[in-house]
Amino acid sequence: MSTERIGAVVRKELRDFRRNRFLVGTMSVLPVVFLISPMITLFRIPASAPASLVDRSVGVTSLLLFVVPAVIPPIMAAYSVIGERDQGTLEPFLTTPIRREELVLAKAFAVFIPSVTVAYGIYLAFALAVRFGAVHAVSAAVWHAPQMVAQLVFTPLIATWAIWVGIAMSVRARDVRVAQQLATLASLPALGITTLITFRVITPSVTVAVVLGLALLAVDLAAWRFVSKLFDRERLITGTRAQPS
Amino acid sequence: MPPALEVAHLTKRFGGRVAVEDVSFTVAAGEVFGFLGPNGAGKTTTVRMLGTLIAPTSGSAVVAGLPLAHENGVEIRQRIAVMPENPGLYLRLTVTENLEFFAGLYGIREPGRIGAALEAVGLQTRANDLCGDLSKGLRQRVGLARALLNDPVVLFLDEPTSGLDPLATRDVHDLIDGLRERGVTVFLTTHRLAEAELLCDRVAILNTTLRTMGRTDELRDRLFRKRLLVTTRSPLPDAGTVFDGLQGVTGWEADGSTAYEIAVTDTELAAPAVARALVAAGADILSIGEERHSLEDVYLELISEDVEASGR
Repeated sequence: MSTERIGAVVRKELRDFRRNRFLVGTMSVLPVVFLISPMITLFRIPASAPASLVDRSVGVTSLLLFVVPAVIPPIMAAYSVIGERDQGTLEPFLTTPIRREELVLAKAFAVFIPSVTVAYGIYLAFALAVRFGAVHAVSAAVWHAPQMVAQLVFTPLIATWAIWVGIAMSVRARDVRVAQQLATLASLPALGITTLITFRVITPSVTVAVVLGLALLAVDLAAWRFVSKLFDRERLITGTRAQPS
Repeated sequence: MPPALEVAHLTKRFGGRVAVEDVSFTVAAGEVFGFLGPNGAGKTTTVRMLGTLIAPTSGSAVVAGLPLAHENGVEIRQRIAVMPENPGLYLRLTVTENLEFFAGLYGIREPGRIGAALEAVGLQTRANDLCGDLSKGLRQRVGLARALLNDPVVLFLDEPTSGLDPLATRDVHDLIDGLRERGVTVFLTTHRLAEAELLCDRVAILNTTLRTMGRTDELRDRLFRKRLLVTTRSPLPDAGTVFDGLQGVTGWEADGSTAYEIAVTDTELAAPAVARALVAAGADILSIGEERHSLEDVYLELISEDVEASGR
């Protein structure tokens, strides 16, 4: 593994993302759209509201916050390989000494950095807004420690899962849009665990968050290996699989 | 010095379709080698195999001193550079940013290398331009600069002048000439036969199988009989008595009333003898010269043979 090659790809990808207006627009607008409606709901909750209403409303909003790391990364990741092929840059890229494990890891890092930054940024903005704008009961439910740990731990892990799903689609699909749609759909099951936590089916605690987080981390590491194996230069370049001699 | 490329019985099949079959050749270090053929002949497939992008179905090769094998892929790609027909630049990045990216992939740390590559293709003043703002010719130059970054042992150029105007084409030719002077081995695939004739030390003509290979003059000699073309002011009364039996002349035929095509074994030997015989016969000679065949003639002869064979 060459950190130099991985670094070169990450730098290039981040530069390219920054200048891609469609991507910047998607990353800026989508999270805000997801957040505005539930935040208005939270701000309207009166101090006299029953605890069950507060828990349900905070649960829905927290779940929507998890949608950000589940939805943005696969859109970007699904473009990462097939997008290179579409713009004709894949072949020169693959004629360099980069290994497939390095390439997929670098592509994953490049998506991980902006998407997790946006997800954390949105969460921070949400938490601060609730702290100063909502009634005490709502604020207390949002600033509940296990809930926050779950949010902080699961955000990058869900994003990583979504990225691997996105890259897997990107190395196999023949069309960017198909890859993006399939990747978004396929990354949603990762929200299952967080749904169970946010709606208290699984009682949130730091231990639960850490244990489930470790499980998801193991899945993410296995996914890296799996996606690396899916990466087939010949299939990407010619559309056909290498045949044994 | 060991050859830069040694290819033996290389074959590639995609399902039931044969793209390249039993191709063998050697390219010496420092040679500019032309790889010609019609669309779908297997040129790009061959480059992709030698560039480790796709695996051969059978056969073997040594690329830049290393056997073509999966485990040598990284090291082979470190020693070669491939410029595909489409230079494949990141259009939202500047020229320098594109080159920085590739320099990072090759592990190049010397700060001057990017500047040197830009200087080699005459693009120092456009270093900070976005590649999306460059003309096709300039993008091609950036592609060449990128291919020069790692100082490759073998440089594969796939149709480097495709779609370029004559001025940009001449620039690319000058760059390839410059590479030859620097001792870089260049493997050039092209449709442009005049380009191959101008630039290449040797050429190979591929049409799924290798049809021929050699220096262009060798190919002409191999494929076409040597002939002198003679034109006189008036018809010769008895051409047979003039040409028959002359040193180096193996036969002749009239082409119209005052033109003659004379088959010879050696033009340098036969031409003076023919000229003397014509003068002795009292003929007024308008012209006498060797029939010239271009690489295009060789190419068309071979490819039309294939077309005829496939039609039978």
